[in-house]
Amino acid sequence: MNAPQSFWRRWVFSLDHKVIGLQFLVYSAFFLVAGGALALAIRWQLAWPWSKVPIVGEALYPATGGVMTPEGYTVLFTLHGTIMIFFVVVPLLLGAFGNFLLPLMIGARDMAFPRLNLASFWLMVPAGAIALASFFVASGGPASGWTAYPPLATIARAAPGSGLGQTLWLLSLFLAGVSSTIGAINYAATVIQLRAPGMTWTRLPLTVWSLFFSSIIQLVALPVLTAGAVLQLADRMVGTGFYTPANLVVNQFSPEGAGHAAGGLPLLWQHLFWFYSHPAVYVMVLPAMGMVSDVLAVHGRKPVFGYKPMVLSMGVIVVLGMFVWGHHMFVSGLDPAAGTAFMLSTILIALPSSVKVFNWLATLWGSRPRYDTAFLNAVGFVALFVIGGLSGLWLASTPVDVPLHDTALVVGHFHFVVFGGSMFAVFAALHHWFPKMTGRRLDERLGKLHFVGTFVLTACVFLLMHQLGMAGQPRRVADPYVYPGLAHLKPLNVFITKSALLLAAWQVFLVVNVVKTLLARPAGEKNPWDATTLEWETPSPPPHGNFDLDPVVLRGPYEYGGSGERDHVRQVEPA
Amino acid sequence: MSTSAHAAPVAAPHHGAHGDSGHGHAHHPGLAHHFDDLEQQKDSAVYGMWAFLVQEVMFFGGLFIAYIVYRNLYPDAFAHASNLLNVPLGATNTAILLASSLTMALAVRGGATGSKPTQLIMLVLTIVFGLAFLVVKYFEYAEKFEHHLVPGPTFMSDPAHVSPFFQAHPEEIPHAKIFFFLYFAMTGVHAAHMIVGAGLMAWIFLRAKKGEFVPEHHDALEMSGLYWHFVDIVWIFLFPMIYLLGYHFGGHH
Repeated sequence: MNAPQSFWRRWVFSLDHKVIGLQFLVYSAFFLVAGGALALAIRWQLAWPWSKVPIVGEALYPATGGVMTPEGYTVLFTLHGTIMIFFVVVPLLLGAFGNFLLPLMIGARDMAFPRLNLASFWLMVPAGAIALASFFVASGGPASGWTAYPPLATIARAAPGSGLGQTLWLLSLFLAGVSSTIGAINYAATVIQLRAPGMTWTRLPLTVWSLFFSSIIQLVALPVLTAGAVLQLADRMVGTGFYTPANLVVNQFSPEGAGHAAGGLPLLWQHLFWFYSHPAVYVMVLPAMGMVSDVLAVHGRKPVFGYKPMVLSMGVIVVLGMFVWGHHMFVSGLDPAAGTAFMLSTILIALPSSVKVFNWLATLWGSRPRYDTAFLNAVGFVALFVIGGLSGLWLASTPVDVPLHDTALVVGHFHFVVFGGSMFAVFAALHHWFPKMTGRRLDERLGKLHFVGTFVLTACVFLLMHQLGMAGQPRRVADPYVYPGLAHLKPLNVFITKSALLLAAWQVFLVVNVVKTLLARPAGEKNPWDATTLEWETPSPPPHGNFDLDPVVLRGPYEYGGSGERDHVRQVEPA
Repeated sequence: MSTSAHAAPVAAPHHGAHGDSGHGHAHHPGLAHHFDDLEQQKDSAVYGMWAFLVQEVMFFGGLFIAYIVYRNLYPDAFAHASNLLNVPLGATNTAILLASSLTMALAVRGGATGSKPTQLIMLVLTIVFGLAFLVVKYFEYAEKFEHHLVPGPTFMSDPAHVSPFFQAHPEEIPHAKIFFFLYFAMTGVHAAHMIVGAGLMAWIFLRAKKGEFVPEHHDALEMSGLYWHFVDIVWIFLFPMIYLLGYHFGGHH
C-alpha cells in the first residue's frame, strides 16, 4: 500500500479520500473566485449603473465598450447563484471537508467506495467547465436565474440566454447532481459500515452526524430535481410543453403556433425545483453546524451542551425541511391554504434551529476558550446565523412575504445564512483542520485580522440589504433607479458596493496566510489543539490508510474540562 | 487495491461488529484494503446499493408526480389516449420482465450455492429476457410512429388511429400530446435502465465465467440482482398507470 505511486495516481486520479478532499478544496476555491468576481460585477452595476465595468468589462461586453447590458446583468446573477451553490458551497462542505474528515473521524481507512469517490470529483470538473462555458455562448449565457423558472428557461426564443446557454446550464446541473448523488451514497454507506470498534452512534462527532444527515437529504431530494430537469430538457429540445401554459406568447413567439405542445403548468417546475432546492440549503448549512459544534467544543475546552438534542434537532431539520418548499412560491399562484400549511411548517423549523443555537450558547457559557481564529470564526457563525435565521422566520409568514418577495431583503437573508453562516464555518474549519491537512498551523495574527475585517464587512454588505428590501428595491433588476421612488437608495447601494469590494480585497489576508503557511516547514504536530476525536490520533498529514494502528473508541467525542492534569480525555484513552 | 500491508500491524481488533471473523480469510483476493473482512465489504455494498435505489425511487417519483398532476388536470384526454396504447404488447413485456426477475433471483442463488452452471445459465436467460423486452418495446414504438402518435407536427393526423373521442373533441388533442410525451419519457427512461441492466448482466456473466462468484463472495452478482429487480418494479407501476388507465372505458382496439 505504501508502494510508490505515480504522480497521476497519487494527485490526479487518486482513490484516497484525503487527496480527493483536497482536490475539492482547490476546485471550490477556484470557483469561489469566479463566483465572487460575478458578485462584484453585480454590485458595480447596482452602485454605478451603465458605467464601464473595470478590469473585466471590455472582455465581457466588447460591443458596448465595457458597459454592462441588461441581458448581461441577468446572466451575471444567474451564474453567480449557480456557481456559488453548486460549485462552491456544496463541494466545499461535503466534497472537501466531508471527504477529508469523515473517514478520519470515524476511524476508517478510507471511504467505502473509493472509485465512486474518484468519479464524484471528476464529474464535477466537466460540470463546472460547462457552467463556465455557458457564459461565453454567442447567443447569450443562461439568464433565467439559478432557479430556471419556465417559460423563460424553457422557450428558446424567450430571451437571448434561453437558447444554447440554458441547455448548457441544464447539462451542467445534471452532471453536478450525479456527482452529489454518488457522494451521498458513499458518505451514508461509510458512516453506517466503517465506524471503528466502539464508535457507537452516540459517540460520533457532530460533524459526522451532520454529513450523514446531509447525505440523506441529497439522496431523497436531489433525484426529484433531476426528474424535473429531464422534463425541462424535453421542453427545450423536443417541444414537449410540460411547463408551457396554453395560449402563451413570449417575445412575440407563440409556442403552439410553432407546433410545440402546451397546456402544461409552470408551477410544476417550481414544485419539483424547490422540493430539492429548499432542502439543499440545509445541505449547505448542516455540515457548517456540525463543524462549528466541534470547533466550539475543542477551542472552548468544554463538552458540547446537549449532544443528543443536537443530533435530534438535525434529524428534525432533515424531515421538516422536506415539507417547507412551498414557502418559495407564496406569490406564484399557490393555493392560499397550501401557503398557510407551508408557512406553519417553515415556522416550525425555527424550533430545532433554536435548539441548536441555544445549545451553542450553553456550550460557550462558562467555557474557558482559547480565543484563536478557529474559535472566533465559529462564534461569528453563530452570531450571523441567528440574524439570517431570524429574517428567514420573518419571511416565512405569508403576510410579510407577499410585499417583501423578490426584494433585496430576500437576498440579504439568504446571504446571511450562506455567506455569514456557511462561509464562516468554512473559515473556522479551515483554521481548525489545516494542521491536520498539511502539518502546519495557519498564522494566528493574519487569521484574526482576516476574521475581524470579514465579519464587519459582511454585516456592512448583507445587513444593509435588508434595508434596501424594506425600502422596496427589487432583486434581479439591472437598474432599480428607473423607478423614481428608489432613486434615494443609491447612496446606500454605493456604500454596500464599496464594502463588498473591500470584503473581497480583505480575503487577500487569507490567501497570504495559506500561501505563507504552505511555504513554511511542516511542524507535523499530531494534535495541536489537544482535541479528543480520532482524526487527531494519526500523523499530520495522515498517511495513506489513515491509521498506523486501527483505533478502538472507548468514550464520547467531547470529554473536555476535567479537573486533572489535562483538561481532556481522548476518545481512545482508557479510563 | 488488493490487500497486504494493512493486515500486518493491527494491534486492535478489526473494525465493526464483526469481530474476528475477518482473521479467517483476511487475504481473500476480492477484499479491498480498507475493509476488515468480506462481511463488512458486502454490507457496505448492500447499504450503498440501497442508497442508490432510494434515489432512483425518488427520481421516478418525480416523473410519476408529473404524471399524476397532468392526469388530474386532463382526466378524459389521458384515459382515451391510454386506450391508444397496445395493451397486449405491454402485458407481454410485463410477463417477460417477471420471468427475468425469476431467472435473476435464481442466478443470485447460484452465487450463494456456488453453482457456476446455474449462474451462467440463469444470467444468459436474464439477458435474453431483457433483450426480448427491448425488442417488443421497439415494435411498440415503431407502431406509434406509423400511427402518427408521436408528438410532433403530424400528431394524430391519421384518422384511422384517432379514437372517436378525439375526433369529437379536437381541443383535447394537445392534452393527449402531454400523455404521449409522458409515455415516451417514462418508458424511455425505463428502457434506458434496461439497456444499462443488460450491459451490467453481460459484464457479470463474464465475471461468473471466470468463476469469481463463490458462496462467501459474490457481492457484484447480488447487487446487480437488486438493480435488476428495481427496474422490474418500476415497470410494474408503469404498466397499470400508463397502459391500463383507460381500459375500463371500453372501446379498446
